[in-house]
Amino acid sequence: MRMDGKFKEHAIETVLLSTSAVTVVILFLICIFLFGEGAALFNEISFFDFLSGKFWYPTSEPPQFGLLPLFLGTLIVTVGAICISVPLGVASAIFISEIASAKVAGMLKPFIEILAGVPSVVYGFFGLVVIIPNLQKLLNLPTGQTALAGSIMLGIMALPTIISISEDAISAVPSFIKEGSLALGATRWQTIHRVTVPAALSGISAAVMLGIGRAIGETMTVMMVTGNTAIIPGFPDGFLAPVRTMTATIALEMGEVPQGSDHYHALFVIGAMLFVITLLINLIAESIKRRYMFKVGS
Amino acid sequence: MTVKFEEGIETEIEVRDLNLWYSDNHALKNISIEIPEKCITAFIGPSGCGKSTFIRCLNRMNDLITNCRTEGKVLVKGENIYEKEVDVVNLRKRVGMVFQKPNPFPMSIYENIAYGPRIHGERNKKKLDQIVEETLRSAALWDEVSDRLNSPALDLSGGQQQRLCIARTLAVKPEIILLDEPCSALDPISTSKIEDLMMKLKNNYTIVIVTHNMQQAARVSDYTAYFLLGELIEFGTARQIFEMPREKSTEDYITGRFG
Amino acid sequence: MWLKPTTTEKIAFAFLTIAITTVVAFVFLILYYITANGIGAISIDFLTNVPLKRMTEGGIYPAIIGTLLLITGSMVVALPLGILAAIYLNEYAREGKLTWTIQMAISNLAGTPSVVFGLFGLALFVKYMGFGPSILSASLTLALLVLPIIIRASEEALATVPKGFREASLALGVTKWQTIRKVVLPIALPGIVTGAIISVGRVAGETAPILLTGAAFFLPRLPDSVSDQFMALPYHLFVLATSGTNIAKTRPIQYGTALVLLLIVLGLNLIAVAIRRHYRKKMKW
Repeated sequence: MRMDGKFKEHAIETVLLSTSAVTVVILFLICIFLFGEGAALFNEISFFDFLSGKFWYPTSEPPQFGLLPLFLGTLIVTVGAICISVPLGVASAIFISEIASAKVAGMLKPFIEILAGVPSVVYGFFGLVVIIPNLQKLLNLPTGQTALAGSIMLGIMALPTIISISEDAISAVPSFIKEGSLALGATRWQTIHRVTVPAALSGISAAVMLGIGRAIGETMTVMMVTGNTAIIPGFPDGFLAPVRTMTATIALEMGEVPQGSDHYHALFVIGAMLFVITLLINLIAESIKRRYMFKVGS
Repeated sequence: MTVKFEEGIETEIEVRDLNLWYSDNHALKNISIEIPEKCITAFIGPSGCGKSTFIRCLNRMNDLITNCRTEGKVLVKGENIYEKEVDVVNLRKRVGMVFQKPNPFPMSIYENIAYGPRIHGERNKKKLDQIVEETLRSAALWDEVSDRLNSPALDLSGGQQQRLCIARTLAVKPEIILLDEPCSALDPISTSKIEDLMMKLKNNYTIVIVTHNMQQAARVSDYTAYFLLGELIEFGTARQIFEMPREKSTEDYITGRFG
Repeated sequence: MWLKPTTTEKIAFAFLTIAITTVVAFVFLILYYITANGIGAISIDFLTNVPLKRMTEGGIYPAIIGTLLLITGSMVVALPLGILAAIYLNEYAREGKLTWTIQMAISNLAGTPSVVFGLFGLALFVKYMGFGPSILSASLTLALLVLPIIIRASEEALATVPKGFREASLALGVTKWQTIRKVVLPIALPGIVTGAIISVGRVAGETAPILLTGAAFFLPRLPDSVSDQFMALPYHLFVLATSGTNIAKTRPIQYGTALVLLLIVLGLNLIAVAIRRHYRKKMKW
């Protein structure tokens, strides 16, 4: 009887372990399928040509698969988004955790949750009907569908990630350290920007990394507002021209490619690149977070 | 409560009818006391008696707690610090505080000391170097850290961290130093170093210390106040309090019958 | 020229206030804009009719049903898997390489772009397993997408259950699994439900993954089986707004669709918040 009970408990643990191991299996399968489906492209062109190719003409004759315009498209939109969301997001996080009373902070947080809950296609739609016409009018552009429009929308969408993780990091700075500064006659602001924020810096950096990851991976919104022109963007004037990101390329073209064609494989290679980029960003964010938890703990 | 101070000693802090509430909890009741200059005054009493709450009234650190309300007067050098127009930031510069748990900033040793002078406008590198050395010497820490001023303050031992915090307080040139159970997290050797330091500092500063360690109060303080349940029960010279307390409950406490 | 510290503080706090006000104002703007323009389009007919005349008239009924089917399909898979995984991680897992690997896998899955999940679903479910572009493929893809969210939320909920409850039960001679089922899970349930609801909102709003795994541009009928293609609200909005036959003329339908989608997703979030608040008040230990 007793052995039976023990055996049952052991069996349950094994089943539970295997369910959580599913996540590892999925990650593994994602690698296999993305790389597997993408690898066939390199029978036709070299990996280096793909990375450094300046033209993305997948349906011309012969087709050209150059990643550069798409990669730089993603880069310019993301850089713009970060310029908007980092100052706005970190400032909001400081406000919520250090300045607002508990009551006001409690009222503000649901707004951040709403911001996180709005579907990307609704953001894209809002950008399409509100941001784009206004940008066009305001800056007197031939079209409002620009990298800038994408940056604005992605900047907003990265806010909840940046705000909530930075806020956690700032709140985690022990109050006795802040008191030490106030007791020396520092103002609240001097304490915030010389002690609290520097102490929370690694957590804030992790927040920014995850915000960048969010911006790079976003698909529908950028696809709806950036105009999707696959040419290498200039800098900084490229912000005011249409641009095409890696994610948008996959979503736009996958519906129309014959399965098994070079074009099909090329889209998987783009997906694999995205996967690797976001994986690296997550690993960096994770290691920064770990270091910072260690520091506060000691 | 007033005590006749020794010849030539003036009152530094005068508290009149101070009451304090945390929401509905009446934590300090009608405290009146005069604290002498350039002496060590110790607050003792069982935990929860209000001694820490009271010391935090003297530089208005209690302002940081929501739902905390005070009534009454605290006069520092004759000026009521609870007047509306008082600049709290400047007050805390004049009345420094060292906390129970050593709380160096996560910066280098040098930066910890230079922090205060910098925020108060000192930007001259030479001057800062000088302040860092002077205050570390006053805090009896210079010899131990002079060769690693740029290493993280958090790498120091607990006792060293606490002396660093005292040095950090000295660097803003306060008139009064409040110490809220500064040794409760330290080993005996570090504790005696801090006690020596206090004895040295009292020549130049008015020192107020909260301690739950009666031997410590007896060793270092010139004047001692005994608190119980939010009330100031008795205040006198350390000698009088420890050798011939007037109140029964003071006697019970110092002879270890409770607390 | 140096400003007084108190002056600097006033300026800095003013900037911080402007930042948070901008964020809040934007939330109001987007909610107000979609609601004000979309409310006129919503009617019983709009919700219960199929799209007519090449999607320039009629309703969004098949898209609503499609979205509900996706929610059901993905939750059937992701909920049990996610909750069981969370139980393992919070109740059984010991510090070590294996646990570390699993935790890393979860946070990396959480950070993987949804379009990459779409590609994966296309390669694995649609092609390799032969499910074709279908509700089944799309639901499975979305299930994998929200799995990390459900695991994280459930783990957090389980972690808030005080240790004393477990010890009290174990001290009565109850087995670990029974303790988890009878004591720990019921207490953690509100938190788990909250996570589940938020992931339902995520499933309802995701577009890129279903675009690659079976959402139909236009299908004026309900799907017959799980291997049929389907319409869904977010993809329908995308199609109408960017590649419909008459984008300008169908604006009201677009606003209406956006509002319905927003109401579903934010409504779910609101319910989650309400549950969390309710139980946080009730449970004090």
